[in-house]
Amino acid sequence: MQPFSTHTGMVMPLDRVNVDTDQMVPKQFLKALTREGFGRILFYDWRYLPGEKPNPEFVLNFPRYKGASVLLARANFGCGSSREHAPWGVKDYGFRVVIAPSYADIFYNNCFKNGILPATLSENEIEELFKRTEKEEGYSLSVNLPNQTIADKHGLMFKFEIAPSRKEVLLKGLDDIGTTLQHAAEIDAYEKAHTATATMYDPVDVKYYSNGR
Amino acid sequence: MTPKTLYQKIWDSHVVHEQPGQPAIIYIDRHLIHEGTSPQAFAGLRAEGRKVRRPDLTFAVMDHSVSTTDRTLPILDNDAKLQFDALEKNCRESGVRLFDMNSKNQGIVHIIGPELGITQPGQTIVCGDSHTSTHGAFGTLAFGIGTSEVEHVLATQCLVQSRSKTLHILVNGKRPKGVTAKDLILAIIGKIGIGGGNGHVAEYGGEAIRALSMDGRMTVCNMSIEGGARAGMIAPDETTFAYLEGRPFVPRGKAFQEAVERWRTLRSDDGAKFDMTVELHAEQIAPQVTWGTNPGMVTSVTARVPDPHDFKDLNDQKATESALKYMGLKSGTPIVDIPVDRVFIGSCTNSRLDDLRAAANFVAGKHVAKNIKQALIVPGSRGIKSQAEKEGLDKIFRDAGFEWRDAGCSMCIGMNADVLPPHERSASTSNRNFEGRQGKDSRTHLVSPVMAAAAAIAGHFVDVRSLDGVAPVE
Repeated sequence: MQPFSTHTGMVMPLDRVNVDTDQMVPKQFLKALTREGFGRILFYDWRYLPGEKPNPEFVLNFPRYKGASVLLARANFGCGSSREHAPWGVKDYGFRVVIAPSYADIFYNNCFKNGILPATLSENEIEELFKRTEKEEGYSLSVNLPNQTIADKHGLMFKFEIAPSRKEVLLKGLDDIGTTLQHAAEIDAYEKAHTATATMYDPVDVKYYSNGR
Repeated sequence: MTPKTLYQKIWDSHVVHEQPGQPAIIYIDRHLIHEGTSPQAFAGLRAEGRKVRRPDLTFAVMDHSVSTTDRTLPILDNDAKLQFDALEKNCRESGVRLFDMNSKNQGIVHIIGPELGITQPGQTIVCGDSHTSTHGAFGTLAFGIGTSEVEHVLATQCLVQSRSKTLHILVNGKRPKGVTAKDLILAIIGKIGIGGGNGHVAEYGGEAIRALSMDGRMTVCNMSIEGGARAGMIAPDETTFAYLEGRPFVPRGKAFQEAVERWRTLRSDDGAKFDMTVELHAEQIAPQVTWGTNPGMVTSVTARVPDPHDFKDLNDQKATESALKYMGLKSGTPIVDIPVDRVFIGSCTNSRLDDLRAAANFVAGKHVAKNIKQALIVPGSRGIKSQAEKEGLDKIFRDAGFEWRDAGCSMCIGMNADVLPPHERSASTSNRNFEGRQGKDSRTHLVSPVMAAAAAIAGHFVDVRSLDGVAPVE
């Protein structure tokens, strides 16, 4: 995974609470076999009019936010479906940082699997950032993960909280699976001590391909 | 010894590795997968040269994009077909059991897990689907995960997790006639809000929860995620054990009795501390109808569509305004005056036998209203479909003007051909009324099965408590 340390980029505001993952990547795009290409369809139904004509009323299509890489959002961002296609879309579009007062659990977790920093600030701090973004064209923020700060060039500086283990994952771009597999002996021991094996008593109508276990 | 919550007990018994200040590695007992969120996980494994660690604990099913009509016909949706083929190939290569679309046990992943007894008390269960919380009805710790985590579980049979906070939700008293499990959970979400349970695992208790059948308990736990709680659970009891006995993957005889003895310890100890507690009174809950674009935008059938200024918070006002515009609703309209175009009875929330029986009981001898363009009954599994047919429910529905379909996710998510057209309004027993959920620009109202059935007959929402054909509380 791509590590994350610091990032400076233009802010795009999404002034709406409870943005769900169905809005980020609607269902018709869940039939993919790969993780690529979701940036083009991010926020599809809000972003496009019939015929995939950009909707001029949706913030992502405002010329002033072209090239934004910091997504400023409202409370409970990423609620609903567990689809990881949502953070794949956020990342593929070019966002490296999301800043919101709160996140839904699954989306928050999925961000860390994809090198996206979901920073949490207070409602008042978020409000201030919305004001500044609105006022100044090209408003940009510098996000520093090691120091846990978000700053603009006018002297504003907010501190954000993040669990140390989460921080480490992003800083090092850790491969979780590899890390867990370092504990293979403990997993073996757990399995020996607990019989979790399913036993099929009745023949049910299932395709079961034995792989020799 | 410090009293423990049910969540803590299951958590503690699944820790593989833990060190202070770090998330733990916990063991996963059952991993359920489907065509929609698994292809990239298998591709990831392949790219790293990794194998599925425990194919025997992994169960696959085709549900999200399957047709609910004739499955002997060719699959016209090529993208869906590619996903089915990928699942088939991935299961074949890794030795995972697959309930494909032609299996007589096929159904929605969260329906067949419990139905076949794959789901058992005390387990940890995950699936790349947020409604995995359903399985918590059996006293399991069950939650939805993203595709990267699906890959992680395939490779290691473990997940890296931090302990959640705990939320105790008590529903005291007795449910009035016509008030169902769906109404309880919608009322709960209305009270705590859709982000109210973020960071928490919910445990439901109280007289009204205890009185629910397993089908009803699954409806409640299913929508935990709509209140922000990634998992919701109910301690197992005699109702749970009676449901499980004799199901295909459940131990038999002496082994079953031993399992039941273990399962009896799966309850929160007296005096166990929860981080947050919420109480509701079942007597005060009326049938619920959502009016907006998330499940927390819900009210009683006797109420009216709210006004943005009913809300204090500016963000809520804006959200309400935007939701009413999307839904094509005017503030002040009585809920019972809202006409409906289509009715969908199905989804992992409400497509079990209890749901179909309640709806059939209501529609027997009646007919859907003239303004209803389509009324769909989509059983949650082929097992349920077959049992319902034995009971003659299919005939009751057909005679009343409903379509009787094959099992799958169907119009809850609209990934197959069952889509709600633009600007049409549904009475739906599913779990999400997000913008575009059932189809682009479609308008969803979430209700219970009997409320959906009544809306089909009347052509608009009605208070089922005032009507005949509504079964009293069992």
